[in-house]
Amino acid sequence: MAGGGTKPRPPLGVSTLVILATLIALFSLVPLGYVIYMTVATGWDTVVELIVRPRVGELLLNTILLVLVTLPLCLVLGVGGAWLVERTNLQGHRWWALALAAPLAIPAFVNSYAWASTIPSLAGLSAGTLIATLSYFPLVYIPVAATLGRLDPAIEQSAASLGLGPWAVFFRVVLPQLRIAMAGGSLLVALHLLSEYGAFAMIRFDTFTTAIMIQFQSTFNGAAGNMLASVLVLLCMLLLLAEAKTRGNARYSRVGVGAQRLATRLRLGRHEIAAQLALLALFVLSLGVPLYSVVRWLVAGGAAIWDPTEFFPALAQTMGYGLTGALITCVVAFPMAFLAVRHPNWFSKLLELSNYITSSMPGIVVGLAFVTVAIRLVPGIYQSAYVLLAAYVLLFLPRALVNLRAGLSQAPRELEEAARSLGRSPALAFFRVTLRLSAPAAAGGVALVFLAIVNELTATLLLAPNGTRTLATAFWAKSSEIDYAGAAPYALLMILISLPMTYLLFQQSKKAAGQ
Amino acid sequence: MTIRKNVLAGMALIATAALSLTACSANAPAAGESDAGGITVYNAQHESLTQEWVDAFTAETGIKVTVRNGSDTEMSNQIIQEGKASPADVFLTENSPAMTQVENAGLFSDIDKATIDQVPAEFRPSTNKWTGIAARSTVFVYDPKKISADQLPKSMLDLAKPEWKGKWAASPTGADFQAIVAALLELKGEEATTQWLAGMKENFTAYKGNSTAMKAVNAGEIDAALIYHYYYYGDQAKTGENSKNVTSYYFKNQDPGAFVSVSGGGVLASSKHSEQAQEFLKFVTGKKGQEILKDGTSFEYAVGSEVASNEKLVPLNELQAPTVDPAKLDSAKVTDLMTKAGLL
Repeated sequence: MAGGGTKPRPPLGVSTLVILATLIALFSLVPLGYVIYMTVATGWDTVVELIVRPRVGELLLNTILLVLVTLPLCLVLGVGGAWLVERTNLQGHRWWALALAAPLAIPAFVNSYAWASTIPSLAGLSAGTLIATLSYFPLVYIPVAATLGRLDPAIEQSAASLGLGPWAVFFRVVLPQLRIAMAGGSLLVALHLLSEYGAFAMIRFDTFTTAIMIQFQSTFNGAAGNMLASVLVLLCMLLLLAEAKTRGNARYSRVGVGAQRLATRLRLGRHEIAAQLALLALFVLSLGVPLYSVVRWLVAGGAAIWDPTEFFPALAQTMGYGLTGALITCVVAFPMAFLAVRHPNWFSKLLELSNYITSSMPGIVVGLAFVTVAIRLVPGIYQSAYVLLAAYVLLFLPRALVNLRAGLSQAPRELEEAARSLGRSPALAFFRVTLRLSAPAAAGGVALVFLAIVNELTATLLLAPNGTRTLATAFWAKSSEIDYAGAAPYALLMILISLPMTYLLFQQSKKAAGQ
Repeated sequence: MTIRKNVLAGMALIATAALSLTACSANAPAAGESDAGGITVYNAQHESLTQEWVDAFTAETGIKVTVRNGSDTEMSNQIIQEGKASPADVFLTENSPAMTQVENAGLFSDIDKATIDQVPAEFRPSTNKWTGIAARSTVFVYDPKKISADQLPKSMLDLAKPEWKGKWAASPTGADFQAIVAALLELKGEEATTQWLAGMKENFTAYKGNSTAMKAVNAGEIDAALIYHYYYYGDQAKTGENSKNVTSYYFKNQDPGAFVSVSGGGVLASSKHSEQAQEFLKFVTGKKGQEILKDGTSFEYAVGSEVASNEKLVPLNELQAPTVDPAKLDSAKVTDLMTKAGLL
């Protein structure tokens, strides 16, 4: 080994990493195994009876309609917004670029609360679509804007020189190159739509997830709730398949050397006013309404709603869980990301896939699985912070994974080897070069997971230790008793601690797209 | 080898740091290691009412109380799932069916004699495995601009008839409403209940929570709602902004819609602090605990220690409630029937 100058030994104990990654993947399959186990244990006849009934039909229709209506709207807003800020000479496009990402800092259930308390009659599919679209379009906007900013304009210029008009260039040249970003963003939106509970419960719109939560509150662990969950898991898997199909295998990145030219910004001319008005409307609806509503309730509640003995512990617990959960998730994701980048093969793909399946399941299903498994197998840690953190890790692992992968692939192994040949010890070379180069991406991963944990409601409600109050659960308890004023400080705090993370994420996605 | 060790050590270090961070910031004891002497209450009663009880109890006895909040059947089923490993010492509900469920699972210990003596027999089960701690009456709140007095239903059963289609609201997911259905099931039998639920599914609009349903009547979204009485009185006592356009109507006449539901409290047989847990129930049903019901903001009926209920309420003995043994209310059957009716 000592003389291995030409064929360096693996930089890390690959076998150790494989074992670690396999263990994590197996662990992450616990919720899926639970749903399958419950379905089998319930017995076929009962399963059919519980799944083939009018109520499930209603829920299926509601859920599918929600996805079918919301997804195109998010795509139009996300892609349209990204194109305006990245590719036109829009006045103040730098400012708009941030303003379109900012709604991500407002949890969907806070958005719902804001709208429902402004227009109390909001209910049903149209209200669900409104709130979901305004909450989730940044999930499409951020990756699309990042990709658009890095597209090679040469292709567009060639197309234009061959006689295509601006619209034709957009639809025939630009849009196809955005396919990966759009597919990825759409998948995230769709998974959120399937798993959202609080936002839809508040406006009386029943989806599979709200119905499972209701079943759970009526029976804690009834067969009916589990059967609904199994249908939901199937829907999630269909989405994953659909995304893989849309994504395709085509290569869109630039091949060869040479500097890429900056894209020329299209002159908006007389369309400038229309574009500004459209963005302003989106801004008012997605940020203005929730902020106005929160401030209105803060004013109405006065000093009485700021009870420091209540909100300080909630803030501390939320920060504690958010930061700890995000750090652990990134550490746990590391072996898998490393294998996927440095040793890509069918096995590492399989490991990765198993994590995606789990994280596509809603918090309520993962929560239920953990409650049951923890009571039966490890009663000692039932209702402890460990179980809740473990659920967070499983739910949000891919968010860290995606970012870490991007970061690690930006740190070529050759650099690490160069450092070693210059006399650094292997460990030092790894820490100084690879880990350092992938650190910004890891920070993006931490930010994304942190945001997710701060906004998580259902798994937290089920698994949190006795006496736990996070900002999200405190907000939910108050707003459920229609104490809108009492809920407002928690809404404000959630938005305030999410904003810097959203900004970090936005910056990070721009860098990651440049790889 | 050194790299591997270093990386693993580094990862272990981060993980440990992270865990210790939670330990201090989350500051919540794990199951089974609750503070010595303190008790854990699984609470399905209103958070604010239980908090008033807890604060007064801790002030008097110095016993620390940790509260876990949830809904009636969510917590009863959770306690059953947890079995002997349950961290709960005391279980409080809004209604009695969930108490019966835990009692039937054999998980309650007997209530202390001193507590039993404070609560009249009509507000506790004959088994004395748990006790009533408060009571609540069914009420039909309506918008008098839309429904005149002579159009009011004579019986709750009328609400399943076609003429009530699209006119009334309820919160079927709540334990409150499920207790009313349990009473109907006990009084009229399974067939009549199934039929009524089918008519309800046709006619009603679902809201999440009784107060939300009342708010909808007040806002003119719907004509009427079947809820419990104290949402109305609670709102009237505050600003009245959710009930100023609303009138309340009691079915009386031993109708299923005149049902009075008993809120329950029990001590878990698995409790490691049963003495303190019993003391808590004694406090809640005692003079001080019941006076919180009389003078506080909950507007539920007092049931123990000969404390009168809030004087703003229609007195319990004028409600002509049907006689129902709380021990016979069957929540599992009710959720089953409601699931079959497509309400859950």
